[in-house]
Amino acid sequence: MNIDPWILTFSALTVVATIWMGFWSARRSKTAHDFFVAGRSVSVGWNASAISGEYLSAASFMGVAGMVMSSGYDALWYPVCYACGYLFLLLFIAGPLRRFGAYTIPDFAEGRFDSPLFRKIAVTFVLFIGFFYTMPQMKGAGTTLAYIFPGLPYWAGVVLVGAVITLNVALGGMKGITLVQAFQYWLKMFAISVPVFVLMAVYGHYGAHLGTNKAAETTNPSARAGQLMAAIERAPGSTSGSITSKGETDFDLGENQTRYYIFNESATDFGRQALKHAVTNRSFTHFADAVQGKEGYGFGMQIPVIRYGAARELLARMQGWTILALETRPELRFDISRYGDRKAFVAGLSEQFATNGLQLERLGNGQYLAYARTNQSDYAPVVSRLASREVAREPLPPKAPKDATWISPFGPLTTKPAQAAGLSAQQAKPYSLLYTYSLIIALVCGTAGLPHILVRFYTNPDGVAAKRTTMWVMILIGVFYLFPPVFGVIGRNLLPDLYTAAGAKGTDKVVLELPRILNAKVPMLGSIMSGITCAGAFAAFMSTFSGLLVSITGALAHDIYGRILRPRSTPDQRMKAFKLFAVIGGACAILLGFMVENFEINKLVGWAFAIAATSYFPLLFLSTWWRKITMKGAAIGMLVGGTLSLVAIASTMFADQAKWAVGLKSWFAQHPLERTLAEQPAIWALPLAIVLMLIISKLTQHTVPSDIRMKMLVLHAPEKLGLKQEYIQEHQAGH
Amino acid sequence: MVKTTAMNQPASEPKVDPHSEAFLHRLMARQLWLSIACAATFVVALIAVPLLNYYAPELMSRRIFGFTLTWFVLGVLFFPFVWVISYYFIRRSIALEENEARSVRDSANRAQ
Repeated sequence: MNIDPWILTFSALTVVATIWMGFWSARRSKTAHDFFVAGRSVSVGWNASAISGEYLSAASFMGVAGMVMSSGYDALWYPVCYACGYLFLLLFIAGPLRRFGAYTIPDFAEGRFDSPLFRKIAVTFVLFIGFFYTMPQMKGAGTTLAYIFPGLPYWAGVVLVGAVITLNVALGGMKGITLVQAFQYWLKMFAISVPVFVLMAVYGHYGAHLGTNKAAETTNPSARAGQLMAAIERAPGSTSGSITSKGETDFDLGENQTRYYIFNESATDFGRQALKHAVTNRSFTHFADAVQGKEGYGFGMQIPVIRYGAARELLARMQGWTILALETRPELRFDISRYGDRKAFVAGLSEQFATNGLQLERLGNGQYLAYARTNQSDYAPVVSRLASREVAREPLPPKAPKDATWISPFGPLTTKPAQAAGLSAQQAKPYSLLYTYSLIIALVCGTAGLPHILVRFYTNPDGVAAKRTTMWVMILIGVFYLFPPVFGVIGRNLLPDLYTAAGAKGTDKVVLELPRILNAKVPMLGSIMSGITCAGAFAAFMSTFSGLLVSITGALAHDIYGRILRPRSTPDQRMKAFKLFAVIGGACAILLGFMVENFEINKLVGWAFAIAATSYFPLLFLSTWWRKITMKGAAIGMLVGGTLSLVAIASTMFADQAKWAVGLKSWFAQHPLERTLAEQPAIWALPLAIVLMLIISKLTQHTVPSDIRMKMLVLHAPEKLGLKQEYIQEHQAGH
Repeated sequence: MVKTTAMNQPASEPKVDPHSEAFLHRLMARQLWLSIACAATFVVALIAVPLLNYYAPELMSRRIFGFTLTWFVLGVLFFPFVWVISYYFIRRSIALEENEARSVRDSANRAQ
């Protein structure tokens, strides 16, 4: 594969624009205040765009589409919870956290509990979650660059993106990246939505593509005529072999065993709709063409009814196979006199028909008549169903999940632990439900506990602005998240080849790769669209990494250097420290990026969410709303919750990948419940963390800070009351 | 931004001291109840979708514009649903804050 000039151009423009904006805004970032919290003067619109830009990472931009393609319905929980998790942040945390007026989350931890020790614990978690979240961004950068320049080593992308963002953060700090991230949100929105609209205009809309993925058939009576076809498809001995010869009206099938079943109705809408469907659905193409040449309209379906010779005969007698007067009833007459095991076939067919409310009538001489006990008004939904199924599909490779499991809940993603234990689909369902709930808790509460997102709330002018910002973030990212699943759905129908490889070489690539199929319809359009999505991917990991690096650098420069190591340093020294630590943090991130080439992007991000959900979320929730929480309670709850989740998730990873953990693997295979709970620990680890916080706080009540009422007032009272100023003066006098 | 009736704070209320226990308690309780009510609406929907998938798969796999019902609810309708909750919350929450601020200010003015 050669380098596509369009993809190269768009990606290069994104990188250059990011560097340019970094320099441009660096001139505006002068004080330490600018570097750490962007002068606390970021307006709601800018901040909402910047938070959204930071939040929509490589996992969102590429991973969600890839997961929907590979796992189907269950993967929808990711975009939904990624977006809706902000509701918890809005309802319980955003306003109070901003009012407290810290620089970083560890600042809040120390200020809320008057405990320098707790700052150290909190800093450790910020760095841990931050670097964890950084690794998948680096991996996204490495694989995307290697996709654009085939042959380029993985590390090149890691170094390029790492270096560009480190430069930006070192030059402009929080203020510098605010502008870049806001710009990158809108770039990503453009890059995900425009190709989707173009793809849908050419290949059929979102619903139409999903419509081709049949779940278990419904028992809706109006779908009976459709069941006529489905029943025949399912009849014993039915094959789905493809047609090998093409074009000939005579329809020479050679010794191929493919059989046909014909509707021919030129006078009605159904005939036209059926033909349209037949032509667009690849497996019928040749046949429908042939029929069209001879008879006008027709509709063919492969079934094992008539042998090769009979197919020839059948075509000759097309008129006799007409659906007789669709106005009264659609029916099918067919001949199985030359079919091998007639008895078994008829018995199987009758059974199928009986359960679907269809009639099978014997006409003699091996001829049968099949019709649905239905009238024309019942038929209308079938016509519209056929019309909505006008999208072409490529055949699915064997590795791809089947339609019914893919489109239905409790599919491959959530049943994996139970299926590994050899349970049947029905037995696996309860585990799958448990998995789903635990995943929801991890994602929703994790969003409300990610330090690099929380730190951005300090850049709001006040608590009300923080709340308004959160609402706009939910709208901006919610609109964004409508699009990635569309890539997954269309990709399944049109680019199923991606199923044959795993991870970054497989379905994760669908966002970058899918638009290229447009080249077949309009020259260059596909390359341009693919160039746009590549640019969006670059924006995704660059903006998220900038946010992470600011958060990591803030923890290093503000909490470790400024508060723990050198509390007497001047603001100027701290700003210099910020720049130095940005470079160190960036270098560490690049080194970590080298090590994760073989990890799945979404898994790593999922871990960060689960850990955040079981450590930071309960900490922030209880310390803003429960005045009796003590430092010991908070710290122990957070450490136990976060550490146990990490251990649980890591155990499943080792069981899957490490050779020394074979014993664990077989143990998990016999214990699907334990395996489910270890893979998705939030459902037990979050309550555990909360309970620990409650109990230990109750036992250590004497250590509640003496000015707790004032602290709670600062957290909750509107800024207009001016209580914050009093608090600062009191504190300065007291310390 | 939003004007609401002063339902929470009758003008004739006695002196409001922002440093009193009663003030803090009321301040937090009102905001917390609002938050919990909004969160409950959201959580009910979040719990209901998997349960419906589990116990009413036929209903949830009905087709609507080509989507299965459950796909349409989760992949499309869930986002606007959450926006409506957050919009309601913001309006009420800011109105509550304005009421608190006003009551303190009014009380201080009366004391002078």
